[in-house]
Amino acid sequence: MFATLDQIFIILRNLVLGYLPEVVRPYVSVVLSVVCIVAVFPGLFALTTVFERKGIARIQNRLGPNRVGPFGLLQPIADGIKSLTKEDIVPTTANGAIHFLAPLVLVVAVFMGFAVLPMGRNMVLVDMDCALLFYFAMGASSELAVFMAGWSSRNKYSLLGAMRAVAQMISYEVILLLSGLAVVMISGSLSLTKIVEAQNVYTGWFPHWFIFTPWGLAGFVMYAIAATAETNRSPFDLPEGESELVAGYHTEYSGFKFALFFLGEYLAMFSISGLGATLFLGGWSAPFSFLSWVPSWIWFFSKLMLSIFVFIWMRGTLPRLRQDQLMNFAWKFVLPFTLYNLMVTALWRFMGDGWERWVACTALVIAGYVLLGRISMRREHFGPRSYRYAE
Amino acid sequence: MSIVFWFISAITIAGALFAVILKNTVHCALALTVAFAGLALLFLGLDAQFAGFTEIMVYIGAVAILVVFAILLTRGSETPKGSVYSRYSLTGLVAAAGVFAVFGWTVLESARSFPNVQETPSATAKEIGYALVGRYVLPLEIVALLLTVATIGAVIVAMHEKEGK
Amino acid sequence: MTPLTAHLLVAALLFSIGLAGALTRRNAILVLIGIELMLNAANLNFIAFWRYGPHPEALTGMMFAIFSIAVAAAEAAVGLGLVIAIHRHLHSTDLDQMNRMKG
Repeated sequence: MFATLDQIFIILRNLVLGYLPEVVRPYVSVVLSVVCIVAVFPGLFALTTVFERKGIARIQNRLGPNRVGPFGLLQPIADGIKSLTKEDIVPTTANGAIHFLAPLVLVVAVFMGFAVLPMGRNMVLVDMDCALLFYFAMGASSELAVFMAGWSSRNKYSLLGAMRAVAQMISYEVILLLSGLAVVMISGSLSLTKIVEAQNVYTGWFPHWFIFTPWGLAGFVMYAIAATAETNRSPFDLPEGESELVAGYHTEYSGFKFALFFLGEYLAMFSISGLGATLFLGGWSAPFSFLSWVPSWIWFFSKLMLSIFVFIWMRGTLPRLRQDQLMNFAWKFVLPFTLYNLMVTALWRFMGDGWERWVACTALVIAGYVLLGRISMRREHFGPRSYRYAE
Repeated sequence: MSIVFWFISAITIAGALFAVILKNTVHCALALTVAFAGLALLFLGLDAQFAGFTEIMVYIGAVAILVVFAILLTRGSETPKGSVYSRYSLTGLVAAAGVFAVFGWTVLESARSFPNVQETPSATAKEIGYALVGRYVLPLEIVALLLTVATIGAVIVAMHEKEGK
Repeated sequence: MTPLTAHLLVAALLFSIGLAGALTRRNAILVLIGIELMLNAANLNFIAFWRYGPHPEALTGMMFAIFSIAVAAAEAAVGLGLVIAIHRHLHSTDLDQMNRMKG
């Protein structure tokens, strides 16, 4: 019974396709899967907005939205109606076509990333050989949309926010790629389904997820830092900091276009959490082998929501990093450590099974972290302050 | 030839055309991005997935952003006074048209002796990996060296000179 | 018209458009844009011949295209760095004004 539940969406799809002629079956299959993704993830986005506001509110010792519906759970509907009916203000000096296209390009690029995530057993939209490369290519395309939004608004603050956002996204994208590369090295393939299958092995009741290895843990932490920076989430949200830059690159957007930017940001968060779950947390595989009767898509979405919860938690807890601190951190600490992690991964791969490789790799990772931290994150010693007064 | 191929080619050529015609430099850069995307789709149509996705990631994700940053740092987005075409643009146009005529004539003339293998070749990431460290290891190492030198060189060339040097 | 011929014609057209852009525009950055278009047209040629030619399992066309993409990215970076440095010196990117060797 649970095996049917696991494959319920595939069974339903095949049922629908059975009624159609042979010719249109591939096209209808793709359209059905796309419609499911487009329905599920924005629905999840609506739920996440209310959970984020209530979560951050509770961290800050206040209640969140609690007027619309029981415990404020119907708040997204109110937000949706508000953003659809607001007046769409476009500055007269703004570059019309690019101002219109920027949110569209962002949302399209982010939605494309969902096409390669394996959300359950046999539940991938496109099972490509170079799936990971495709995902990162789509991530790279979304940066250009951010720049388009900032430049076309003809607003100093928008342009500044867009430049900061693009610089931050480019720096952390390299780190994202390199932390994913360690996983590719061990599993021997760029295809995400094969990466999940490599982690779907159990010794006793313990899973072989990559996060439970020393290089996997280091890689996952670096991936999480880079994911927070890629999606411009706190503590890396200077490009859209409300107290700093009005609203950064989406200052001049109102109504539905702003809602599209908001949607794009949260969907990017979902897809990068999904990729992190696939690469390091075992995708759709269960945490213990005696729990594998639970449907696989439930595990995938639980891991996704856990990552979102951690994102919300970080936003409510940590202060914002300044732009130069953020860039220093990326180029001087995280990137060298990710390269070092690649070498430790190679050592793990070629040392063969046994307790030696566990001890060696753990020691190397800890030593690298401590040494690199000491060397590159040294605090500069300032002299005594000097003041210069206006005459 | 399928209609999808002609549609994608039309978009690519339109993007390239607008990239060299438009007055506003940032619009040119964005049209160039459209041309790159069209080219990546053409690569995908030719069953070269790795090359197509690498093209998106490198060209749209890095080169287009570089071009845009350079335009903004050199104040290129202000409207230029005078014409955007140089004094010798007519000669350039004639030269380009001549080059296209020669290429087109060569292609059409020798079309009958072109190979036309129909089976899809396989270029999985594994094969590309083996080729890169097997047969093409020397170009790989040279490109690595080249990229390092180019990075350092670009930083040095564009760096602010220190005062009083 | 075979697919190969069609692809080669598209590549030839892209190359000529890139060449026209590199030869007719005043702004140095647009010349670089033209050069990038020319490199991409050559890549399209390589991939088209790899797909429809004999011995595609040697991966020569694909490898050439990948290396060409990497080298073009490096060349764009250095070229744009040069343009920025020249702008800092002459306060313009107009190629018609850069006709003296003395700074």
